[in-house]
Amino acid sequence: MKFSTLIAAGFALAVSASAVLADDISGAGATFPFPIYSKWADAYKKATGIGLNYQSIGSGAGIKQIQAKTVTFGATDIPQKSEDLAKFGLVQWPQVMGGIVPVVNLEGIAAGDLVLDGPTLANIYLGKVKAWDDAAIVKLNPGVKLPATPIVVVRRSDGSGTTFNFTTYLSAVNADFKSGVGAGQAVEWPVGVGAKGNDGVAANVMQTKGSIGYVEYAFAKQNGMVHADMINSAGKRVKPKLESFAAAAANADWNSAPNFNLVIVNQPGDMSWPMTNATFILMYSQPDDKAAAAAALAFFDWSFTNGGKMAEELDYIPMPETVIAKIKSSAWTTIITK
Amino acid sequence: MSTVTQSLSAAHSEATQKRARVLIGMAFGDKLFAFATKLAAYTVLLVLAGIIISLIVGAWPAITTFGFDFLITSRWAPQLEPEPVLGALAPIYGTLVSSFIAMLIAVPFGLGIAIFLTELCPHSLRKPIRLAIELLAGIPSIIYGMWGFFVLGPFLANYIEPGIVAAFADIPVLNAVFGGDMVSNLSLFNASLILAIMILPFITAIAVDVFSTVPPVLKEAAYGIGCTTWEVVNNVVLPFTRVGVVGGVMLALGRALGETMAVTFIIGNSFKISGSIFAPSTTISAAIASEFAESSGLHQSALILLGLLLFVLTFFVLATARFMLMRLEKRAGA
Repeated sequence: MKFSTLIAAGFALAVSASAVLADDISGAGATFPFPIYSKWADAYKKATGIGLNYQSIGSGAGIKQIQAKTVTFGATDIPQKSEDLAKFGLVQWPQVMGGIVPVVNLEGIAAGDLVLDGPTLANIYLGKVKAWDDAAIVKLNPGVKLPATPIVVVRRSDGSGTTFNFTTYLSAVNADFKSGVGAGQAVEWPVGVGAKGNDGVAANVMQTKGSIGYVEYAFAKQNGMVHADMINSAGKRVKPKLESFAAAAANADWNSAPNFNLVIVNQPGDMSWPMTNATFILMYSQPDDKAAAAAALAFFDWSFTNGGKMAEELDYIPMPETVIAKIKSSAWTTIITK
Repeated sequence: MSTVTQSLSAAHSEATQKRARVLIGMAFGDKLFAFATKLAAYTVLLVLAGIIISLIVGAWPAITTFGFDFLITSRWAPQLEPEPVLGALAPIYGTLVSSFIAMLIAVPFGLGIAIFLTELCPHSLRKPIRLAIELLAGIPSIIYGMWGFFVLGPFLANYIEPGIVAAFADIPVLNAVFGGDMVSNLSLFNASLILAIMILPFITAIAVDVFSTVPPVLKEAAYGIGCTTWEVVNNVVLPFTRVGVVGGVMLALGRALGETMAVTFIIGNSFKISGSIFAPSTTISAAIASEFAESSGLHQSALILLGLLLFVLTFFVLATARFMLMRLEKRAGA
């Protein structure tokens, strides 16, 4: 604990030094939304002249930064519990969403040829389904020619919000996974090789015949990777695309989630992609620097209004209108900026 | 007359004073120089002590929670509630085994190259080969990691390793060591091979330097009584340069134990102890590099404890090497 405060203090010096130079909005945290925050920041700077200094240092580090009050906002892929928010006087809301996609590298299998369901995917990551011609996979894929080769499981070696959402989903649909592995940013994987970052997993899967991995949708799409379709909680086969992510987001019950503490995997609905994830912003309800907090809120407000198209261009999913309205009427009203 | 003497003696005393001043100035300069060097040396000690203390402070929660069990637990489960189960056995195993295999490959190769360069190589080839080896030392480790990841790993996994696995499939014990129901691009062996290439220049460069300190008269005498090149190397060159060679090997071992970036790329980062060298594994430094950024609480403390262990491990390995060297010296002296 001491050591981490020390690190935080070190960061504090660095951050405050840069904050003096320009009146930029300062934030730190999750790496997953970094590309879209950068894009929004560029456009926002052109529109208003105010820049954003966002350090993509990871969700955990982002939470530490905001707790140490070295940044105006923190960003995390893992929603915080109400009591943790209350302890520090923080306010939380979801800013943008994405989807996690299973990607495979199999001879003769093109994108969308293969379909998996949650329990089978979990069994692959448990090491129980070892080969591609396992009965469980064959049953889901009648007519698809599956090789009798072993499945090379690829997963993240670094702690990650993507892993958190992925393991939360697998735990939700497979009791063995829940008891044997569980959900977390870094978990004790029974099988597989670990690669660093979404790009590491993507590169590994593209290089290894017979492999399977999980990456954010943007990485799968930009690398032209072969994805697998999923069977969702309604029992329907869905493809990973903006519409199915948006359907999951629309069906998510944000209203009954206190402080937006909701992991939106495994949502109901015929169209819903089962592994959809949101990324969150943390700010103080009583910020020390009220002007900076107001500037940050203005940026997020602008992003909600003008940033939807930019998000879709980068394969993120904008928050639904109803959720934005709720964020503005609940979370934002508790932040004192005057 | 008297005024002349007076002025003379005055000039004399002035000169004396001036000399004394200069001398005092020089003495002061000398003291300042001594102080500056002392300061530099003590600063290193201070920094070292500071690092050790901050490691111990950071690792303290993990030390008090896990105690000695940390060393003998092979599970690494940071996600468990309410308290994670974390043990260092798998990374320690991976660190030691990968370094051991790397040394097994790099030491004979490195010494072989050095002997060739100093004893057998035509003069025109010496410079280019030495330069190539020194360039190897200059390549950043991330480049080795990427090359291992994109080129060497797939090549070994697709063309070399399946053959080795098949060849040893029916031999007991060896079929476990070289076994693999899942040969992938990332494995303990691949990491060891990259490590071997990375430490090769250290061994070779130092061996070449110390081999060239052997007095030509000794070698010529040995050749004169009819020794073969092998006999000269084995009985004259190596005994004469033993200390330097072992020093180079130790330096290389130190680097292999602590190498981070390249290993993180290709070892597979799996906290499992497998008998097979073709299975993915992890090392202490790879574990820290992978997980530190997104760790907190006890998990982070355990990673710092891993760092402390690497510190201790490296110290012990180097101390053992020094001790062995001392015994070797004694025996050679007797």
